[in-house]
Amino acid sequence: MTATSTRFGLIEDRAWRALSTVTDPELDEPLTTLGFVGKVETDGRVVTATLRLPTAFCSPNFAFMMAADSADALRTEFPEMSTRVELEGNADSERINSAVAAGVGFADAYPDEASSGLDDLRAIFRSKAHLASLERVIARLVSIYAVVPELLPSIRLKDVPPMQEREALVRRRSDLGISIDDNAFLLVNADGSPWDTTDLAVQIRFAKATRISIEGNAHFCRGLLRTRYNEPTHA
Amino acid sequence: MYSKDGEDYFVVDSHVHMWDGSDENQRNIHGAEFIECFYAYHRNLSPEEYVWDFRKYQKYTEQNFMTDIFENGYVDHAIFNPAALPAFYKNGFSRDLAQDMARRSPERLTYNHNFDPRFGEAGLGRLEDAAHEFGLKGVKVYTAEWHGESRGFKMSDRETYRYLEKCQELGIKNIHVHKGPTIKPLDRDSFDVADIDYCATDFPDLNFIVEHVGLPRLEDFCWIATQETNVYGGLAVAMPFIHTRPRYWAQIIGELLYWIGEDKILFGSDYALWQPKWLVEKFVDFQIPEDMQGEYGEITVAQKKKILGLNAAALYPHIEVPEHLRLNPATTEAEPVGALEK
Repeated sequence: MTATSTRFGLIEDRAWRALSTVTDPELDEPLTTLGFVGKVETDGRVVTATLRLPTAFCSPNFAFMMAADSADALRTEFPEMSTRVELEGNADSERINSAVAAGVGFADAYPDEASSGLDDLRAIFRSKAHLASLERVIARLVSIYAVVPELLPSIRLKDVPPMQEREALVRRRSDLGISIDDNAFLLVNADGSPWDTTDLAVQIRFAKATRISIEGNAHFCRGLLRTRYNEPTHA
Repeated sequence: MYSKDGEDYFVVDSHVHMWDGSDENQRNIHGAEFIECFYAYHRNLSPEEYVWDFRKYQKYTEQNFMTDIFENGYVDHAIFNPAALPAFYKNGFSRDLAQDMARRSPERLTYNHNFDPRFGEAGLGRLEDAAHEFGLKGVKVYTAEWHGESRGFKMSDRETYRYLEKCQELGIKNIHVHKGPTIKPLDRDSFDVADIDYCATDFPDLNFIVEHVGLPRLEDFCWIATQETNVYGGLAVAMPFIHTRPRYWAQIIGELLYWIGEDKILFGSDYALWQPKWLVEKFVDFQIPEDMQGEYGEITVAQKKKILGLNAAALYPHIEVPEHLRLNPATTEAEPVGALEK
């Protein structure tokens, strides 16, 4: 996208910025950096964002979350305009697009298949994102700052030096409502309770496997998206 | 068999297909979307010289298969794990030809059938017939299969249990469960592997091979596999990272060896998604990068032999491993740490 000084260019820039706050819940990355926002268009009255996903079979539950979150982000950014989100090329595009446009929830869009909304699912992936992000901080502490793993349970946020991984972790904690107070412990679960550290090594290992799993998904999704849309790969 | 640097490897490809994704066979748009999605996986993760054109990929010949698997691919024995997909394809995605091929070459090919518990009583009868007809040792279960309005089922469902009971009764020991990318469902996580925990506990005499090592949920799979002695991991879909992202692949195999151990990991190409030739060659050449060895150690020749074939042969005892290709029991490594610390 190139920023122009026209009124339309400004609207489009604002839309891209608004969409950059929406993340893929499974991959824990903004839609804009994943390449999932195909285009943003406006005629000055209506803003339309087109989302595209790596395969036609990307799960409708996650696709729905991203489309609904994008719609919310655009509505908040442009209260004075009409906004539209179009998910293209998914096996369930029609169903998802009409539900998102009508503002109905996932359970209403899939009455026979979904017994409830997506809040629980979203909570599971927020929790995974937090654990993966925590592991990145732990890995840095251990490898760069030579922290002995046995010491980790006593480490508080104030002990963690400033670094990108720390900022990311603080954001995840805020999302989950976990304390970001300086004196708060580093090793906490998604509900804020401290880790049970009887099996510390295994716990850390599990956090690591979670991080690897999420990253693997992101590798797949990025690669498949580029292949699907014939865009150059840069590994 | 593959030989390199004085070592001989017995190769079992535990996951191959003979499919028909041709235009003529597509029942609807989803049939087109499905094979296109498969093709994207193929193109994205294969070395360039192994990429087919789309027409061939949609429907390849028996000759293509035999050449790629046995002549060029070093495979001693291959196991069909068919996907039915009747909602997308008129004659199903998997070709019946696979059954004939296995019948003609029983020493090289094993045919696993599939079941869908939503067919109820009628499906149970069909499973029984298939067991007798093909002498089934295993089945493939695709929990995300569409069926009417339903977009999937769980391995822990009551109906599924009736089928697992039937498998037990019929001596079908190996249950390959697809837990991996491409799919659909609901308000729950379709890749959730939690259902495996239930069925593995309740059917201790069956083996559950989680295909694609539950990759989108690797950590949950690892966790469950350490709790259950009858849970295995199939490497189809995970292994091609060895080419595109070898350092990432090192982490996957490193974690698997740590959590579930060298005896429970099975090689599978998922042919024609990928071809065994380059996977086998690259895997035998593979070593954990030096800077990661502090954490994962080195991967040994014995471990590679188990993963490439001996583990699958242990689950399918009709696959005979020539004496000189077996491992001396003394070369067995220590228990996985994950298993020790559970």
